[in-house]
Amino acid sequence: MGRFLLLGQGGSPRGYLMVVQALAFYLFATVAVLSATAVVTVRNPVHSVLLLILTFFNAAGLFVLLGAEFLAMLLVVVYVGAVAVLFLFVVMMLDINFVEMREGFLNYLPIGVLIALVLFVELAFVGAGWALSDDKIAVLAHPTPAGLTNVEALGQLIYTDYAYIFQAAGLVLLVAMIGAIVLTLRTREGVRRQKISEQVKRDRADTLEVKKVPVGRGI
Amino acid sequence: MEIGLAHYLTVAAILFTLGIFGIFMNRKNVIIIMMSIELMLLAVNINLVAFSSFLGDLVGQVFTIFVLTVAAAEAAIGLAILVVYFRNRGTIAVEDINMMKG
Repeated sequence: MGRFLLLGQGGSPRGYLMVVQALAFYLFATVAVLSATAVVTVRNPVHSVLLLILTFFNAAGLFVLLGAEFLAMLLVVVYVGAVAVLFLFVVMMLDINFVEMREGFLNYLPIGVLIALVLFVELAFVGAGWALSDDKIAVLAHPTPAGLTNVEALGQLIYTDYAYIFQAAGLVLLVAMIGAIVLTLRTREGVRRQKISEQVKRDRADTLEVKKVPVGRGI
Repeated sequence: MEIGLAHYLTVAAILFTLGIFGIFMNRKNVIIIMMSIELMLLAVNINLVAFSSFLGDLVGQVFTIFVLTVAAAEAAIGLAILVVYFRNRGTIAVEDINMMKG
């Protein structure tokens, strides 16, 4: 949040920037909530994935407003660039009658709305009943360093105190990659393709046979 | 007019609720259910980043990176399982996934 507020010096520029910040927040938040609603309610799953991308874009906007630029860019790259496209591929690859799957949508509406409402009220109670202790600064694990950009500060933290966990995150991704490949790889029968290992493995004994041919008789 | 922590927490709560709602509404379509899970993880991330920003503690953002990592891995594995399941059974309706029922 700090960026916009810190820029303002006097009375009016500061107020102006706060208005801009508020407007940006309401824009991002409104579009995010509306597109998230559409994600779970539209008929066509392709539209659903595209709206999910829109939601993630607006969440990235909220992250920028919060001063977490690195995470905003990460969200755009990872989600919009990879995960959402993966979803899109799968939706388009599977030959499914999605209209049929919509049957019973309205049957679940009352229970869905009820449970969502109960959950939201609970979350609202938690949000309203929550208070910050005054000595919170004393218990901060890693206070945001002053004078550094968000990327620098995060990098200094990840590559030092959280280096092992960062490696573990990379391992998780590696295992996920191998798992996805192993699950979806299939070897089809009857396809002629070059098998280099078998070519290399051949030696003279497999292919050549020396025959002594007696004169005048042949084999 | 000042945008405070409560505003961000409200947006996150609404997104999380929409994720739950999506799971209940699309009982047949696994793809939409997975997208709902992504929405819920996004809501959690917004919460973490909001607290991190307003308390001035960077660890929340570090944790968000790990949540993103796990979410990406989960999406990749989940979609792979979905593709294999569709290849074997020709359907992805949740109601038909009962082969392991005792």
